[in-house]
Amino acid sequence: MLTEEAFPETERVVDGKKILPFTVNFGPQHPSAHGVLRMILEMDGEVIERADPHIGMLHRGTEKLIEHKTYLQSVPYFDRLDYVAPLGQEHAFVLAVEKLLGIKPPLRAQYIRVLFAEITRILNHIFSVTMFANDLGAVTPSLWGFEQREILMEFCERVSGARFHCNYFRPGGVHRDLPDGLIDDIWAWINAFPRFLDDLTELLTSNRIFKQRTVDIGIVSKEAALEWGFSGPMLRASGVAWDLRKAQPYDVYDRMDFDIPVGKTGDCYARYLVRFEEMRQSLHIIRQCLRDMPAGPVMSDDLKVAPPPREAMKTSMEAMIHHFKYFSEGFHVPAGETYTVIETPKGEFGVYLVADGTNKPYRCHIRSTGFAHLQAADVLCRGHMLADMVAIIGSLDLVFGEVDR
Amino acid sequence: MLAVEDLKNEVLRLLGTSVVQALIVSDELVVSIPRSRVAEVLEKLRDDSSLVMSQLMDICGADYPERPERFEVVYELLSLIRNARLRVKVRAGEGDCVPSVTGVFPSAGWFEREVWDMYGIPFSGHPDLRRILSDYEFEGHPLRKDFPLTGFVEVRYDPDQKRVVYEPVKLQQDYRNFDCLSPWKGMTDVQKRPKDDPSREEDAPC
Repeated sequence: MLTEEAFPETERVVDGKKILPFTVNFGPQHPSAHGVLRMILEMDGEVIERADPHIGMLHRGTEKLIEHKTYLQSVPYFDRLDYVAPLGQEHAFVLAVEKLLGIKPPLRAQYIRVLFAEITRILNHIFSVTMFANDLGAVTPSLWGFEQREILMEFCERVSGARFHCNYFRPGGVHRDLPDGLIDDIWAWINAFPRFLDDLTELLTSNRIFKQRTVDIGIVSKEAALEWGFSGPMLRASGVAWDLRKAQPYDVYDRMDFDIPVGKTGDCYARYLVRFEEMRQSLHIIRQCLRDMPAGPVMSDDLKVAPPPREAMKTSMEAMIHHFKYFSEGFHVPAGETYTVIETPKGEFGVYLVADGTNKPYRCHIRSTGFAHLQAADVLCRGHMLADMVAIIGSLDLVFGEVDR
Repeated sequence: MLAVEDLKNEVLRLLGTSVVQALIVSDELVVSIPRSRVAEVLEKLRDDSSLVMSQLMDICGADYPERPERFEVVYELLSLIRNARLRVKVRAGEGDCVPSVTGVFPSAGWFEREVWDMYGIPFSGHPDLRRILSDYEFEGHPLRKDFPLTGFVEVRYDPDQKRVVYEPVKLQQDYRNFDCLSPWKGMTDVQKRPKDDPSREEDAPC
């Protein structure tokens, strides 16, 4: 349905005649729109004068739904936000709930979470880097990338039973311990994966066409990145060395040794390089997690927030009642509020959680990364050619499940 | 990371009488201010050479219908240099305008549009206050507590008219909200055990 919102507002007078700019409707069904982005572009020939992104096509009312679900039932909604990197979002929510509950998960659970958060980061960056190339016309990297993603999704499937929507992290730990043999398989994959990165470097990083499409396109200065609320690789590509894993560490990130890649130029190519290098750093973190992971429980033994052991339910009536109440009523969270942030692959992902002492969140606002990045699309696209807009949108690393919520 | 107590003192010194209330909630600093001064306060926090709250990460609304001024608008500020976060809150009643902070932080543009869309809080001085997440020509503000979860209209494709049509929601049965709350004292007070104490984390049986 077209409303007056879609009509242009920049008009000029040439020789006493009013001239409206040529308006192009891009998306929401365009393959480079990364799902459901609709852009109204006001053009002067091939040059973009103003870009007006219309979002909300994938709005599912996640925040409203969470207000009507218990804390445990809310976790799966977070997988469905950024479906390219699902476990990162869960991580933010369980940390927020844990903060309000005042509990800390066992050490092994923290290691497992960091391990899977980093696997998710690689999962995301493979997608973002190769689909970025795909937007610019290079199909091969995405085919290679999806092969690697399939291996990683298999790891997710082995711990949680689902390739994408894992629902694996829980307030107080993780759902289950790692299955037998998974650690060996991840080790084997760590040794094989750098080969893929090297191949991709050869194919893309020094590729003349790829560089012509990305270098000096969509430059974001340091100041602009700050005032537009950028975070994650978008901020780092503009030369700001800021990573929440280092600055405000959560779980066991303070025990990890890794570097933060920082870009210099702030253009699409720098964003690509930052994400690329982050994959190597994530690999390094995964290696440390596997090496240092202690044995022990993976779920808090506080039975207020953890389900009873399966064996106890076979013999104990109380355990049975506990199980029923735990999964129907759920646990209560003391009244309070928190804004908990983590560094998801895309940047700062925050959960503003207000608890009123009952079993359901009173308010759960989700600070999605892509929302802030897409907002700057207008500023980034102005003065660029139409084809460059595709490169800019690709380099923002948008997933509309998260932008629209 | 900057200690939250120090941050509180510093913010109180900077803002002085503009602060209605400054609280530390779960180790985070929350400052309430009158809504008329929000732009001025945020600008002060941004430009202060010691705090340098250079990023506005988020704005969100919240609805508390039992309060005289039912809405709350929450601003999340971040200082990269001091590695500190600050939450600024203002209150607004139904129909009250909150001054826009788009002049201070351009990132506020879409965040305020979202609050307007979801809660119906108007922002005065916003250059482009349109709905953002809901459908074109949507009516109502869905995140208000008095807006039903099922909404009022549903859409379907009508093969006769060959277009998508909007109709009032028809439910096969009424929406059932199971609260499952036990009539006894709920599981509210989660007890802290010694091993959950972060200072003794090393002793945990891991």
